Amino acid sequence: MIMLKVNGEARELDVDPEMPLLWVLRDVLGLTGTKYGCGQAQCGACTVHLDGEVVRSCVTPVRRAAGRAVTTIEGLSPDGSHPLQRAWCDLAVPQCGFCQAGQIMTAAALLASNPKPRDADIERCLAGNICRCGTYTRIRAAVKRAAQISEE
Amino acid sequence: MREPRAAPVLVVAVIALACGCTRRQPETTSKGGASLSQASSGGLRRPEEFAQIADRAARSRALFLEASRVFLHPRCVNCHPNGDTPHQGMDLSVHDPPVVRGPDDKGVAGVQCSSCHQDHNLELARVPGAPDWHLAPRAMAWVGKNPREICEQMKDPARNGGRTLAQIVDHNAHDRLVAWGWNPGHGREPAPGTQEQLGQLVADWVASGAECPNEGATP
Repeated sequence: MIMLKVNGEARELDVDPEMPLLWVLRDVLGLTGTKYGCGQAQCGACTVHLDGEVVRSCVTPVRRAAGRAVTTIEGLSPDGSHPLQRAWCDLAVPQCGFCQAGQIMTAAALLASNPKPRDADIERCLAGNICRCGTYTRIRAAVKRAAQISEE
Repeated sequence: MREPRAAPVLVVAVIALACGCTRRQPETTSKGGASLSQASSGGLRRPEEFAQIADRAARSRALFLEASRVFLHPRCVNCHPNGDTPHQGMDLSVHDPPVVRGPDDKGVAGVQCSSCHQDHNLELARVPGAPDWHLAPRAMAWVGKNPREICEQMKDPARNGGRTLAQIVDHNAHDRLVAWGWNPGHGREPAPGTQEQLGQLVADWVASGAECPNEGATP
């Protein structure tokens, strides 16, 4: 049995310890906000937080999360009111939307460590999150908008 | 059409001849009358073979040169960059995605080394991994350096993480991230020889005075 917290809720899982965390989230727990993109940590669509730090859940064995706290896009805020979620809506960032949960979770880790990121900080932090629709300029604007919202 | 090509061919021949005349012979074959065996492809000469080099300082230099074949292999040098981005592959390509070393050589928020790299290789995803995956600090950069420069750097506590020579031996012989060089996963070419052989070469180098190879010497 593997014990961990997912979005604040204690979970006890009877799964293969080597099962990727993404499989646990989507197939075992039904949390499908986190997306499967490439399966080899190359696109960032599966990004979640492990004790506040970014991990690519598609390559993270669930045993690594044992005794730790996982946060997914569903747990970022109880009602979609996280500054990033509000900024994302204000600026209509998504196009197809598939990568956006990963983009937001990565940006959330950035804002937690750097509340007022410069453009270079944002680009460096999100370098591993690919958007096939090319919404990068709106993503960057929305991260800065979220920083403003947090300050207000 | 043949004649215009003659000049370039001649130039190439002259350059080749000049290079041949000025090229330094490998140190290891010219010291103390010793004649070391040719290292096999992907292998290292056995540490005990260097005992035939009678001169202690020459033996020490030869031992480090042999060990430098490991240090300069892409499996090792890729994570000893002289900039802020690691390399990958046998051609020292820039790491993809374009990550940066960050303040503690483990990436920055959002793209830390441990965001993707686990404590072991992932064969299906092909992502390499080992415990405490991180970059060597900038002071320990090996990219662009020759064996003598790496040797001097490795002996300098200001550029070797404050290690004593005994700790350098231990690091090479037992560090688990160093060990990844011989177990790189997914068809990657491993570093030459074995970690045990490297550890012995470095131990023998230290025991023989930790002399650095001459300027320009190559293994």
